[in-house]
Amino acid sequence: MLQAVDATFGYGDTPVLHGVSLDIPAGALVGLIGPNGAGKTTLLRLLSGTRRPSAGQMLLDGSPLSVRSRAALAQRIAVVPQESQLAFDYTVLEVVLMGRYAHLGTFAVEGPTDLAIARAALEATGVAALEERMFSTLSGGEKQRAIIASALAQISSSSRSSPGGEILILDEPTAALDLRYQLGVASLLHDLHARRGSTIVVSTHDLAFAARVCRTLVMIKDGRVLASGPVDDVLSAGRVRELYDVDVDVVRHGSSRLVVPRGQGDTERRA
Amino acid sequence: MRSIRTRILTAVLTFGGGALLTILLAPLIGSTPISVRRAFDWSVPFGDNPDAQIFFIARLPRTLAGALVGSTLASAGVVFQGLLRNPLATPFTLGVSAGAALGAMIAITFAPALAPSGIPAAPLASFAGSLLAVGIVYLLARARHRGLSTNTLLLAGVTMNAFFSALILFVQYFADFTDTFRILRWLMGDLDVSSYAPLVSTLPLVIASFAAFVWLARPLNLLSLGPDAAESRGLDVTGAQRVAFVSASLATGAAVSVGGPVGFIGIIVPHLVRLMVGADHRVVLPASALFGAAFLVACDVVSRTVMAPLELPVGIITALIGGPFFLWLLVRRR
Repeated sequence: MLQAVDATFGYGDTPVLHGVSLDIPAGALVGLIGPNGAGKTTLLRLLSGTRRPSAGQMLLDGSPLSVRSRAALAQRIAVVPQESQLAFDYTVLEVVLMGRYAHLGTFAVEGPTDLAIARAALEATGVAALEERMFSTLSGGEKQRAIIASALAQISSSSRSSPGGEILILDEPTAALDLRYQLGVASLLHDLHARRGSTIVVSTHDLAFAARVCRTLVMIKDGRVLASGPVDDVLSAGRVRELYDVDVDVVRHGSSRLVVPRGQGDTERRA
Repeated sequence: MRSIRTRILTAVLTFGGGALLTILLAPLIGSTPISVRRAFDWSVPFGDNPDAQIFFIARLPRTLAGALVGSTLASAGVVFQGLLRNPLATPFTLGVSAGAALGAMIAITFAPALAPSGIPAAPLASFAGSLLAVGIVYLLARARHRGLSTNTLLLAGVTMNAFFSALILFVQYFADFTDTFRILRWLMGDLDVSSYAPLVSTLPLVIASFAAFVWLARPLNLLSLGPDAAESRGLDVTGAQRVAFVSASLATGAAVSVGGPVGFIGIIVPHLVRLMVGADHRVVLPASALFGAAFLVACDVVSRTVMAPLELPVGIITALIGGPFFLWLLVRRR
């Protein structure tokens, strides 16, 4: 459904992505992993259409992202950043309703349909009880859920004509959260994928999170795709070592996989 | 939560009613008591009717100037705070007032020799000065970034304020005592326009800016999430920032050309309004425009009466209220 075809991108004279090709089918739950500065965030920006590749193409349902209007894109693809700070004191419901921007005419105001969609999104992310609260008073995990609700409200179509067409892109959504909230976000993504059929792309540094939540993984290193495929194939000790230049063991623990660093001192000395 | 339509309507009716009442009452209050009945008695020739003269020539233009300047500076303050994502920003943060002051100063010091035609040069020159200042700030902020960098905007604004202040001191050094006195009075902010001409000439610009503000209300809501988040929600961030910057700067320049750099309106009013109506710019903008008008007109009544028959420049009153208020805001923000 969402594809990168030989996409290249740089900020000014600094190249970041070199001919990245990627195919994200409808209903996929894809994890993006790789070292700092590898180009994960940039790739997410290209996928969401807020940046355009300097060479190559980004395709949505087979046609280039660049031929679609901002509003049309925003109705299909929503982005959740690592952390959200609001400049002013909005209520949670107001923040979620901001997701409806692309669905409204220039001077239109949100109607009953938008309100219903916003409340459904709050319900889906488990923060319906907080709708009247000031966003700034929420905990980190609650904020993240409210922002995900805003993203869901953004890609919910009022006519429900294209179920499963919604794409959710999350950039390190758990980086600022403690263990409990990390698990909360993990199960939330799992739910959204299973129940709504949302297509989800999530970048993360947390390999355990990636292994637990995602179906497929894409490894990005130095602006190129190092490996991609089902989690079991990609998340091997050899690949992780190649990705981060760190010696690791990958061990099974119950149903999940753990990546355990080996001989850390040696690695640091070598680096 | 009540629907946004109801919230906007309630705010407009409440704050509009307050503003209307203030504007109607203000011309009746002053050091010289006047009779409304005699002021509106058309059977007496205007030249023989001191009540009508005080009402229509001294007080009404001044009240209307207060309403125009107050509503413009208050709503421009809202737009600048939204654009810069900084609740402590004011309409003067980006150098508009310093540029305007330099322009006015040059006009006051040198223009009598250049333009003996009787056209008041200070308002025009101050508007030109504010355009120059914001033009430079805009180019600086655009040069370094794809869109408009708000950090660069802030730094460029602060630098321009300092640089223009230096130029002001330079010009002042060559001014004589009378000019220095007039310059100082101009800097205090004064609504004593004593004619309708400056109001009529700035009105088109103010109306155009307000039209832009109406469009900006929703984009400013999204911008408070941050530029990236706003962009991914479908907003043309760079376009919205440009419209916000240009319209708020022009409106501020127009207001300053009428009343001088009346301080603190652009920060006190938006904050009080947000405490009352919440953060949604669709409510905050109209409410601030109306409350700003009432607030400045009321401050002007105080400035005209508190030391009567002396008429203080209104900028002194707003600064006396605004300084402590700003500090309170600063301390209250954790």
